[in-house]
Amino acid sequence: MLNLAVIIAFGLVSAALALTFWRLLRGPDQPDRILALDTLYVNAIALLVLLGIHLNSSLYFEAALLIAMMGFVGTVALCKYLLRGDIIE
Amino acid sequence: MLDILLSVLILTGAIFTFIGSLGLARLRDFYTRLHGPTKATTLGVGSLLIASMIHFSAQGEGVSLHEILVTLFLFITAPVSAHLLSKAALHRRVESQAQVPAQIEEAETQTHFAAPTVDRL
Repeated sequence: MLNLAVIIAFGLVSAALALTFWRLLRGPDQPDRILALDTLYVNAIALLVLLGIHLNSSLYFEAALLIAMMGFVGTVALCKYLLRGDIIE
Repeated sequence: MLDILLSVLILTGAIFTFIGSLGLARLRDFYTRLHGPTKATTLGVGSLLIASMIHFSAQGEGVSLHEILVTLFLFITAPVSAHLLSKAALHRRVESQAQVPAQIEEAETQTHFAAPTVDRL
């Protein structure tokens, strides 16, 4: 039962990744693309957590934590660049 | 019993994540698109992380607390990045479906020489 749920969840999160990637490629403005990139990070965290449950190993949390932190820093840096034309003033 | 609880949490999380990305792909302008990932996706990942926490706590090696770190970090950073993104979009004048209020429109057509105060930080 748990196995089936995890496999269905894999399918749904992968579909979410595909939709987000489509917006990343198409998105008419730069903020759209940055938002899609941010969503890609969050979806990758979801996939890693699911993989940890599926393989029954807690090795993947460090990767998820790193992606969460680096994703936030990347989003803030890109937004600052759009706002000010510079990242570290 | 535990299996059922875990399956429900995992399916809820996956469905919310999918709905967030569907909103990102389908909605019509940037300011409405911002709602999908920042709310639905964050909630979905939170639900998945709770499921993972229960799963690893039930293995018998004490309570598993790594996931709380990821959850806290996501829940703190999602509103901050959404705020910055909307600020950047306002600064770049990304077009919106909503109508501009009459006063601002008037002010922008009349005063070409003065810098608009909307996008000041």
